[in-house]
Amino acid sequence: MKSHRFSFLRLTCTILTIIMALAWLFPLYWIVNTSLTAESDTIALPPSFVPIPPNFEAFAYVIENSPIFRWYFNTVLVASVITVISILVSLMCAYALSIMEFKGKGLINVWLLLGFMIPFGAMVIPLFMLMNQMHLVNSHLGVILPQIATPLSVIVFKRFFDQVPKDFRDAATIDGASDFHVLFNIYIPLNWSIIWAMAIITFIGAWNNFLWPFIVTNSTPMLTIPVGMTQVQSAYGVAFAKTSAVAVMASIPTALAYIIFQKRVTQGVVAAAGIK
Amino acid sequence: MSSESDVRAEVLAPKKRYKLPSAWLFVAPFLLFYVAFLIYPAIQVAYLSFTNSDITGQGSFVGLQNYVELIRDPDFWASLWHTLYFILLTVVPNTAVGFFLALLVTRLKRLRLPILSAFFLPYVLPVSVVTTGALWLLDTNFGIINYLTGSTISWFQDPNWAMPAVAVVTIWWTVGFNMLLFIAGLHNISPEVYEAAAIDGASRWQQFFFITCPLIWPVTSLVLLLQLIAQFKIFDQVYLLTQGGPYNSTVVVLLYMYRQAFQQNRGGYAAAVAVALLIIMLIGSAIAFRVMQGRRSK
Repeated sequence: MKSHRFSFLRLTCTILTIIMALAWLFPLYWIVNTSLTAESDTIALPPSFVPIPPNFEAFAYVIENSPIFRWYFNTVLVASVITVISILVSLMCAYALSIMEFKGKGLINVWLLLGFMIPFGAMVIPLFMLMNQMHLVNSHLGVILPQIATPLSVIVFKRFFDQVPKDFRDAATIDGASDFHVLFNIYIPLNWSIIWAMAIITFIGAWNNFLWPFIVTNSTPMLTIPVGMTQVQSAYGVAFAKTSAVAVMASIPTALAYIIFQKRVTQGVVAAAGIK
Repeated sequence: MSSESDVRAEVLAPKKRYKLPSAWLFVAPFLLFYVAFLIYPAIQVAYLSFTNSDITGQGSFVGLQNYVELIRDPDFWASLWHTLYFILLTVVPNTAVGFFLALLVTRLKRLRLPILSAFFLPYVLPVSVVTTGALWLLDTNFGIINYLTGSTISWFQDPNWAMPAVAVVTIWWTVGFNMLLFIAGLHNISPEVYEAAAIDGASRWQQFFFITCPLIWPVTSLVLLLQLIAQFKIFDQVYLLTQGGPYNSTVVVLLYMYRQAFQQNRGGYAAAVAVALLIIMLIGSAIAFRVMQGRRSK
């Protein structure tokens, strides 16, 4: 009797959880639903809850009338370059901080923590001036450069490198391997999963970044998708199907990246927060 | 014996000699970007705050003039108050909802991963997608939320509702992150502790209040602190949802800084706003850290 009541409680709880999860997903479903509705039907009352038959008018219109593929190209380029360079320089820095002894190491460690606390938003003014002086406003490089140094990646990689037995490096260096060899042939393969996780997180973060691309670009062909989207919004005014179609297209890469690499993303977020 | 020490000396000596330049070779690429685009701007923003520069950086030294103006600027204080109001509306609620969702998700077995991803998915979307969706779902006349609830509130145009609406959107978007940290924290609590408590006759509620809550506190304080720092920097959602309106009721500090810099062309004054935010953030985080450390040591 008691166990029966108990399992009934468990079932109620599970159902409640499922309902909440569906409610959480509803806004996303609604954007997809609207993007597949004819513009004139989006403001019909009562609204249609299922996009059957789907109407691709909004997607066709957006693809034809906005530089959305150009924005895609910009965002893919910028996010990829940021991810590759950022992970590479972070790995090298973490390697040196983890196993090499050199003057200034303590200072760099302090700087890294400092960088943690300085909010990027408070620095967009000098950064914009710097980019202006370097003639990098409205360029890919201008978007990329300030996003490369991420202290968080260095700190996470260092923590993982610290756990690799020092003997590995000693043995390899006695065999004549350089530190580059040790890093690329021993440390990186051993920590492949966290590197992969941080790379995916960096990519998603760079893809989604709004503030910096928004500050440093304003010419339409140079925008990234998250910034370009807002132009579509103001250009079309009240056009819910079209803005929803752009939103869907802007979300597909990061949403897919998360769904495919779910475990890696989870691992990376938890590691970045310092919880094992 | 002597030949062996010779070999060792040969192996070790060159390594020792190249160690320092080699180490800097590894650190240099990162440091280059770090100094150029983080340390230098941080110093520069402090310097600019003592000048009357425009947004290109042209201007002269004016001493403390910007700060004197800042202290008497009612618009700055209003923006600070709006930021603190936003913090009040998000930090604790976002942490509490994250904890609640984590409790719900951890007890699941087969459904665990799909449910977890449902709550986390919004977090990986660009902010402009989130705000586009919010503006559509919460539209006064055609939004599905008002249709389903029968309300007629203009969420983002009503001064009383604009900030709470931005807060709710923010929580929906970012709570998955907090949930994930709590799930990891709950996972780290050894099941043996619960078993021992159950043997001693502790009820589920007692276990929750006397085991789960205290043992999860390190994660809770971490989430609270991360939230506090993140919400001080609020800009994107406000800019995209309300542009600071209605009647400037949602102008937060970074938005005020943005307006001063890029609309009023007052780089120096905007830099002073940035420095003020930085100092307030540091003090706020330090106080929060102290308070939570105190609780932990109890």
